[in-house]
Amino acid sequence: MSDRTRLARPRHLATAVLAVACLAAAAACAPGPSGGSPKSAAKSNASPVSTDPATAGKVTLTEWDQNTDTGTNASTAALNKAFMEKYPNVTIKRVSRSFSDLKTTLKLALSSDSPPDVVQANQGYPDMGAFVKAQLLQPVDRYAKAYGWNTAFPSQLLDLNKFSPDGKTWKTGSLYGVSQTGEIVGVFYNRAKLKSLGLTAPTTLAQFETALAKAKASGLLPISYGDSDKSPGIHIFGVVQAATAGKEEVRGLVFNDGDAKWTDAGTVKAGQTLRDWATKGYLSPGFNGQSGDQAAAAFAQGKSLFLVDGTWQAATLAPKMGKNAGFTALSPSAGASPLTQGGEGLAWAVTSKSEHPDVAAAYINFLVDQNGMRVSADNGNLPALPPADYKPAAGTVQADVLDQWKAVSQKDGLLPYLDYTTPTFYDTLTAALQELTAGQLTPQKFGETLQSDYSSFQQSK
Amino acid sequence: MAATAPRPTTRKRPADVSHRRAAGRRDRVQWKGYLYALPALTVLTVFLLVPLGQLVRISLYHWDGLSASTWAGLANYTEIARDPQLRASFGHSFVLIFFFALVPIALALVLAAVTTRAARLRGVSVFRAVIFLPQVVAMVVTATAWTAVYAPEGVLNQALNAIGLESVGRSWLGDFGTALPAVGLIGTWLEIGLCLVLFIAGIGQIPRELYEAAKVDGAGAVREFFAVTLPGLRGQITVALTLTVIAALRTFDLVYVATHGGPGNATSLPAFEVYNRAFNTGQVGSACAIAVVLTGVILLLTFLITKLQPEDDES
Repeated sequence: MSDRTRLARPRHLATAVLAVACLAAAAACAPGPSGGSPKSAAKSNASPVSTDPATAGKVTLTEWDQNTDTGTNASTAALNKAFMEKYPNVTIKRVSRSFSDLKTTLKLALSSDSPPDVVQANQGYPDMGAFVKAQLLQPVDRYAKAYGWNTAFPSQLLDLNKFSPDGKTWKTGSLYGVSQTGEIVGVFYNRAKLKSLGLTAPTTLAQFETALAKAKASGLLPISYGDSDKSPGIHIFGVVQAATAGKEEVRGLVFNDGDAKWTDAGTVKAGQTLRDWATKGYLSPGFNGQSGDQAAAAFAQGKSLFLVDGTWQAATLAPKMGKNAGFTALSPSAGASPLTQGGEGLAWAVTSKSEHPDVAAAYINFLVDQNGMRVSADNGNLPALPPADYKPAAGTVQADVLDQWKAVSQKDGLLPYLDYTTPTFYDTLTAALQELTAGQLTPQKFGETLQSDYSSFQQSK
Repeated sequence: MAATAPRPTTRKRPADVSHRRAAGRRDRVQWKGYLYALPALTVLTVFLLVPLGQLVRISLYHWDGLSASTWAGLANYTEIARDPQLRASFGHSFVLIFFFALVPIALALVLAAVTTRAARLRGVSVFRAVIFLPQVVAMVVTATAWTAVYAPEGVLNQALNAIGLESVGRSWLGDFGTALPAVGLIGTWLEIGLCLVLFIAGIGQIPRELYEAAKVDGAGAVREFFAVTLPGLRGQITVALTLTVIAALRTFDLVYVATHGGPGNATSLPAFEVYNRAFNTGQVGSACAIAVVLTGVILLLTFLITKLQPEDDES
């Protein structure tokens, strides 16, 4: 049975088969669709818009969202149910995944032959830009006109969901979706502890740093911070950078216009500031080894004075801290309006291959009209367009969040998330921030690392 | 069990005989044999070789996974050689080989030698099951549990504080110096059970007479280990080495759950880069090139390891 020659022959055969299979595969055409032939349903773009789903016959609408946390999950479920009750001929099939799961699986789903009808697409080049470029989403301009989205949403919010048809230029061209929720990054504070230190809620970076020093001196941990999952670094850095670099520079950097560089003084100074906070012990010890959720939990337990995070944490903090939690956004200087990272939730978009684009658009409108916004607010979320009569109880964190959102979004204070910059920027920035705060990179080198990612994307465009 | 011990000379002769015997009618037998292999070969081709070919093909293109691709030639491969971060990720996986393969095998050899000296161990099967448990638990669970152990206020630091070693305590997975070894030690914990079970079974197959002969010749425990146990376990060591080295090189879930490749890129690994580039950053061509290189490295190392195996041991 151990005949050497007989064993050896199949080995040759296997090699041959392997080679043939590899060659056959390699000889086939290039991966991805061949360029040039738009496969979006041009016919549907030409036909007039029907805004009444009741006339569409029996329709099954598949939607993919990332609303897995308590507040957004409840509001999406409620609105889906209400829509199906209003239009019994429509069945909504909901697929809900966490943000990172959605990010990785949506690409595959969209490029399949039967993609979902409605999807939540993340703004920026890596996601929406890539989808538009591959013609997987359809422009919703005609629906925006029919449903009045163009007038309901401030242009600042609409622009984030716009792309040129080739997916190469952001914030101009056609509208590819609208968002239901708003969000900003800011500073959560512990009211009782702030008061015991004799401080009021900081409104500028200088006041914030004074409070940090005072807390440290009194033996209280100034900021709960955990960066093992890498994304919290972007938020805390962005809050500092907004103050040190200003809005023109940050927008120029992220939206790729103007000649601002990541090595400019404002960004390097932000890096230096964050680095100093780490060395002075203003951040949780061992922050690179604990998660953002652990940091938020520690803040909620009163172990620190501040937490720098997004408004999406409010729904988690409020039940644990009650009125003890407050929220503020920082301004570059005293008297100026607040300036911070933020924007809107993922855009609700219609896929190119959807067989019922009119019903899909009617569904999206159902999510973002006055009633949709109210249901969203009732479930503890921050709606992108807060209804006029939406008033959270005074002294709660929700009231603070709403005030700050109004101040920031109505006074042109929204800055884009920094990871929008290039498709690889999330990786580059988060890794560089961990290196910066651990003292592995100087602020200058940190800026150079970011700039090199930025310039290689500019060249490849 | 002693009867199964392979004796080089008895094995070789029949092989030579059958070789001569088969020479005359080789062709007829051969084609019939292929027919039997056809189903397996079809499955292999459809599910393994064709995807492998596609992998190689995509690695020659710049592709974002969605829109049209452009020909890249070997650019994705030269990038691996040039990009310090990618080279570092391959470097990290060689560090992991130390923790996943060398340490567990060394420790398991010692433990196996010690346990087998206890002639009649009560409840040995329970003991084996327990030691094998890490292999059975899902990697995500393992990684999550160890993350809690290594956390700034985790079990490890609490234990260090309890014995007055506060100064040693740190955020083990968040510290640039300790993150990779910390991940590696999880691998050690994972693989040691596998190695130990393999070695205990292997020692069981070594003829008792050899140990008795060693004893008669006056060999002590150490001498006995090097003269009898170690040579007898060569086959098992090769198997353990192959399995653990492959486990080290293709580690993904551990790092994905525990560190996301951080802090910085201190624990980034080729398999993690493949995932990240293919699904997050839209660099599918580059991801495939890394996968091809990783496959090549694994094949090469496995081939080198099989060279360690005794020539006649073909089982």
